[in-house]
Amino acid sequence: MAEDLNQEDLTQRILRIIAETQRKDPATVTIDNSFEELGIDSMDGVNIVFALENEFDINVPDEEVKNIRNVRDMVEGVRTLIAQRNAPATS
Amino acid sequence: MRRVVVTGIGVISALGRDRESFQKALHEGQCGIARIKGVENYDLRFSNGAEVKCYDPLEHFEPKTADMIDRFAQLAVVAAREAVCQSGIEWTRELRETSAIVTGSCVGGQATENQGFYDVYKMGKTRVHPMTIPKTMANAGASAISLEYGITGPAFTISTACSSSAHAIGQAFSLVRSGMSEVALTGGSEAPFSHGILKAWEAMRVVSPTVCRPFSKDRNGMILGEGAAMLVLESFDHALARGAKPIAELVGFGMSSDAHHITQPSAEGAAKAVRMALQCGGIAPEQIGYVNAHGTGTTVNDITETTALHLAFGDHAKHLAISSTKAMHGHTLGAAGAIESAATILALSTGILPPTIHFNECDPECDLDYIPNCPREADIEYGISNSFAFGGLNAVLVWRRV
Repeated sequence: MAEDLNQEDLTQRILRIIAETQRKDPATVTIDNSFEELGIDSMDGVNIVFALENEFDINVPDEEVKNIRNVRDMVEGVRTLIAQRNAPATS
Repeated sequence: MRRVVVTGIGVISALGRDRESFQKALHEGQCGIARIKGVENYDLRFSNGAEVKCYDPLEHFEPKTADMIDRFAQLAVVAAREAVCQSGIEWTRELRETSAIVTGSCVGGQATENQGFYDVYKMGKTRVHPMTIPKTMANAGASAISLEYGITGPAFTISTACSSSAHAIGQAFSLVRSGMSEVALTGGSEAPFSHGILKAWEAMRVVSPTVCRPFSKDRNGMILGEGAAMLVLESFDHALARGAKPIAELVGFGMSSDAHHITQPSAEGAAKAVRMALQCGGIAPEQIGYVNAHGTGTTVNDITETTALHLAFGDHAKHLAISSTKAMHGHTLGAAGAIESAATILALSTGILPPTIHFNECDPECDLDYIPNCPREADIEYGISNSFAFGGLNAVLVWRRV
């Protein structure tokens, strides 16, 4: 699933998911937004991660969810987890 | 208004199957948290819980009765029996007709429901057990206690998530205080261990992968627990007339709603419930010596509760001895207010305050005295038990040593 790693596509999919779960106009969600600017609280963050886990077939650890407070970090985190998922097993 | 006293306490929890073992564990700072055994939790991000150990329904119920009531309702009956036994109440016809039963439960017989849905959705069965509905209903505990003693007075159940049994005790308090009932059996029970419910808690990302460390800087979440506590509340005059010895007095009850957020707590809402409880009992903040905190061990709760105590107690906050016994018996949800009220009463009556165990490191945002790790001897007259639920519904009870 190499296409998952296309940075621009991935970013757009994540922005769309954030907008959908938060019932926001997609045009109002950008990679430069903090969660605070978007009015996303911790429970909203948990809901977004739930949607992202389903979309990308990844598992986000609890600690990661607590630490992510802006869209850019969320995109970066998802990209890392997808890369880990796609990496061939080493043993 | 009548004075309301406690003449009996029953507890079954991860700290033991009776009041005595509960009290001993609190005094020794024992931990009831262990790997969850009652559920196959192979795909969860957490593996620990605070289950009642070595519980055999057939030690407490006839086989047919055990089949008819869910574990959460069984625990309510077991605790009620111990409380009634300690109170020495003799059930006259008049007492049966007027006594009240008020219980709290958050999820009721969810394990029974979970099994029924598993059979239908997963196993493709076309029918579920006919007792699924009466075993699942949240009032099954109150009903089972009513049947146990033939009590026909006011009986109902309150479900306000983690404040359920604190609200229940508060309502029983009102019934006895007003003279509607001379005696009330009140408390709560919970048995929240099933695969479906554990998955739902996992999804909320508030459960610790290790243990519950309330107010400690390295805290990383709550630990789910099960159990029950029941109290015999009685008007002081009624207790006196039959020669019963009161263990404690319930002097105040306060409740509030945050109107803030469905899961995030509000310090102002919690502080309001504390203030109202003190006001109800005519107690000055400076009279309170011990606080059994809601103290779930989540990052947000413990900071918010600390702020709430500052708001409600002002300068006196730093003189309060505070502990969260959830580090020992877990977060028992709808039973929490009752189990922690029992802990509060036992702390006041024995003069030994239970510690907050698993406390490693001070958090600058939690700057009060949390009785870290070691129990403390203290001569304290008044203590409060805090319960702050998801949904922002708060209940605070003020207890007095007698």
